[in-house]
Amino acid sequence: MLNVAVVRFPGSNCDFDTLRAVERAGANAFFVWHRDASLNGADAVILPGGFSYGDYLRSGAIARFSPVMQAVQRHVVDGGPVLGICNGFQILCEAHLLPGALMRNAGLAFVSKPVDVIVERADTPFTSAYPAGSRLRLPVAHGDGRFVAGEDTLRMLEAEGRVVLRYVAATESSPLQPNPNGSARHIAGISNASGTVVGIMPHPERVADSLLGPPDGHGFFTSLAAWRPRASKLNVPSR
Amino acid sequence: MTGTATPGVTEAAAFPGERPVTPEVVREHNLNELEYGRILELLGRAPTFTELGVFSALWSEHCSYKHSKPVLRTFPTAGPQVVQGPGENAGVLRLPEGWAVAFKIESHNHPSAVEPYQGAATGVGGILRDVFTMGARPVAVLNSLRFGPLDQPRNRYLFAGVVRGVGDYGNCVGVPTLGGEVAFADGYTGNPLVNAMCVGLLREADLIRAAAHGVGNVLLCVGARTGRDGIHGASFASEELSEESEARRPQVQVGDPFTEKLLLEASLELITSGLIVAIQDMGAAGLTSSSAEMAARGGVGVEIDTGLVPTREPGMTPYEILLSESQERMLVVAEPARVAEVQAVCARWELTATPIGQVTDDGIFRVRHDGLVVAAIPGQRLVEDCPIYEPEAREDERTRARRAAAPPAAPDGGIEAALERLLDAPSLASKQWVYEQYDSTVQAATVLGPGGDAGVLRVPGTEFGLAVTVDCNERLVALDPCEGGKAAVAEAARNVACTGALPLGITDCLNFGNPEKPEVFFQFREACRGIAEACRAFDTPVTGGNVSFYNESPTGAVDPTPTIGMVGLLEQADARVPSHFSTPGDELLILGATTGELGGSAYWAEVLGFVGGRPPRVDLDAERRLQRFLVAAAGRRLLRSAHDCSEGGLAVTVAEAAMGGPYAEGGLGATADLGSADAGATVEGVLFGEDGARAVVSVATEQVSAVVALAGEHGVPVQRAGRVLEPGGSLELRAAGRVFTWSIGALRQRYFTAIPRRMQHPDVDRSAGE
Repeated sequence: MLNVAVVRFPGSNCDFDTLRAVERAGANAFFVWHRDASLNGADAVILPGGFSYGDYLRSGAIARFSPVMQAVQRHVVDGGPVLGICNGFQILCEAHLLPGALMRNAGLAFVSKPVDVIVERADTPFTSAYPAGSRLRLPVAHGDGRFVAGEDTLRMLEAEGRVVLRYVAATESSPLQPNPNGSARHIAGISNASGTVVGIMPHPERVADSLLGPPDGHGFFTSLAAWRPRASKLNVPSR
Repeated sequence: MTGTATPGVTEAAAFPGERPVTPEVVREHNLNELEYGRILELLGRAPTFTELGVFSALWSEHCSYKHSKPVLRTFPTAGPQVVQGPGENAGVLRLPEGWAVAFKIESHNHPSAVEPYQGAATGVGGILRDVFTMGARPVAVLNSLRFGPLDQPRNRYLFAGVVRGVGDYGNCVGVPTLGGEVAFADGYTGNPLVNAMCVGLLREADLIRAAAHGVGNVLLCVGARTGRDGIHGASFASEELSEESEARRPQVQVGDPFTEKLLLEASLELITSGLIVAIQDMGAAGLTSSSAEMAARGGVGVEIDTGLVPTREPGMTPYEILLSESQERMLVVAEPARVAEVQAVCARWELTATPIGQVTDDGIFRVRHDGLVVAAIPGQRLVEDCPIYEPEAREDERTRARRAAAPPAAPDGGIEAALERLLDAPSLASKQWVYEQYDSTVQAATVLGPGGDAGVLRVPGTEFGLAVTVDCNERLVALDPCEGGKAAVAEAARNVACTGALPLGITDCLNFGNPEKPEVFFQFREACRGIAEACRAFDTPVTGGNVSFYNESPTGAVDPTPTIGMVGLLEQADARVPSHFSTPGDELLILGATTGELGGSAYWAEVLGFVGGRPPRVDLDAERRLQRFLVAAAGRRLLRSAHDCSEGGLAVTVAEAAMGGPYAEGGLGATADLGSADAGATVEGVLFGEDGARAVVSVATEQVSAVVALAGEHGVPVQRAGRVLEPGGSLELRAAGRVFTWSIGALRQRYFTAIPRRMQHPDVDRSAGE
């Protein structure tokens, strides 16, 4: 069974939700504390949503200096999968494990609503259960979710197929805006070059149970539960 | 605890530099002659300035309930489901499988009137602490908000600031906002209402009460440092707002939701690990009320050294430390042998836990500072001996006149325009603009989110769920306080029952004007009579709440607004019933009887601009039968949707169910015959009348006969009124033989843009309100 570490920072608030979603998918999940220097043998790591260190200074800016983030850096170098959800995505950007940054929403207000996204990259450890092009309805809940990056970076992300999730309108007449926060190129999630590190703004762990609506997010966790280091098609990154 | 002070143990000295206690200083502390006389008598001497501050806080309306206690005693508070009734930080009701629910509602009206963002944020913080100090993990917050009309910039500023404050705090702590209500009326222009409710879950065995005991046990101050903010907040909450209230802005506390989240986790860990004896939030009146109340509940004394309390700045006096309302602080009682372990748990959550005193056996509330005893007051009497008042109550002549008045003639545009106008009224329109600023899905347990009749959450690891709502129709209370009080409870219960949940109990936030005015006290007493009657009829005991008096601005008292927060039990969470139609072809049924009463209706208020008439009498028996029917029908999975009929009557109810939620693709059409004019009802009465005990349900064709039979068994009148139609269709309503038609798309447009359209003004930002 795959061992998945869910990192708890002071201020994480999606930690239990994420742990349960991983367990529901059939993997073994446990918490790792922000002060821990080791990931306790985890095969994969999830940085959950919340407001680490109150998001004071800048979302994710303080969390990147936690002792546990050094272990996460080593894990990434070794080719291990890491998923950052919402605040976790912000932390991954602050830690330079992913390019770009997440800025205040274009509307300046916190946005909590369902959004429709397309899975554009389906060969990551977190999206392999979805056929490429799948359309999902996932909740977002964030104040700082506007993805920004330099034009060169955006071109590179597109050229290398590193946009994992992109906001779309449900239909032509949909009342759902295609872009809840003003993100560049409607980007909702990206990966590193090898696809092992993924950051997304929507919260799949909140829709991983059919009682709470169509379980569109469950696939992120079943993808991970099915992932095997050796059987993976993914290449270990060179650096 | 005896009634008289023991000589010698109650001597106290003035702290160096503090003001002498003069009649003027006593008046500044809002203590009247009777109250000051009581203080002299129970101390056997004049109080020190520090002691005067302590009395002023604990004998403020906010802490002492001196004008409300006799009335509150008339509430039903017992029942097999009650684990903890009024008197603790929150009420607790029993759930299946060893679970329990702790819940409470509280006001933060005055701070929000002068500093909307921080006022609202700290209101949420305070109510969260009330719940997690019971050992419960907060799983939902709700709020009930009232503002003046949105055409005034100041009201838009307050509305925007309050919503942002509520959102930022709850979002950061990670508690979903599952529901609420917002209304706009002239009476709230100078004095908005901000009521926050929190619902938490605990194992019944983990319940902890805030009673200090064990002589020699240690008092620890946990969490944030104590600063000079919020000094005398409890007293501020107990006076009318005036032109000078702006100067009170420094008394508004500043919230830090990050520290709150740490405090939440640390407190729950301390409680479930059994490391502590008692815990209480330092809320209103801070260290003073938390320590004095915990001691009084435990029948012991306490001794505190304010010199040991960690402060934000040097030089704070004992008076300031005792009365500070700095946020995110807890007072914890632990056995001396456990102090190191308590400190270790707190340190893990980046918090300090500082010993500041101990439990004593002499019953005295004693405060030292650097060795000097600056306060020594018999503890039980400090908490319980505030004079209690039963003010004169007399109905305002103007209220009687308003009840007897007749409405003006209907304006041009007729019925079609009237429904459009109602759906465009900010009080009735979609609150999407509000709830999209609140995280409603964190904790991954939201079964039904905001925008329906009641929020529903699943209790993790079980099959059952909880339904939660807050409700009050202040127009009905203003016109007839007793019937309005009943109606508030009845509406809350209908909302809970529409989701399929059985109403279990309530918490109330009683927002009124100055109780020393006979017409205000009349409203208060009568509304409480109505609430008590309804709670008895529904077996929904009152488990606690909050009284907020002095909601007055220079323009007068607010409309009486007794907000009812209710929780209900949904035995099978997956049997929850949404409020919107889902399936074309379903039959549409109206439950309950329509007589077409328009007194106090939204139609008269919003369309005719007339707030008056006699509100419908609440038939508590019919309400109860409807509730029981809805719960039974949901349990047998007979209903596809159920929506309570309240403001705007059947026309608004059917329109809302047809329009669907904000994320639905365009809503569904519907056709319905709402009733005839047999009983002398007018067309307007049939469409927009607000008779109680009614709901609109949609039912799959094959289940209709079962629903009709079940309604018959429960003695609920049922009318097969129409059908749900295809998406993008029209709404066709028949009333008293006439037919009216609207485009669902056009109605949706009005309903969902009513508030954002009004808020798209450049002056919503903070500067404009100044």
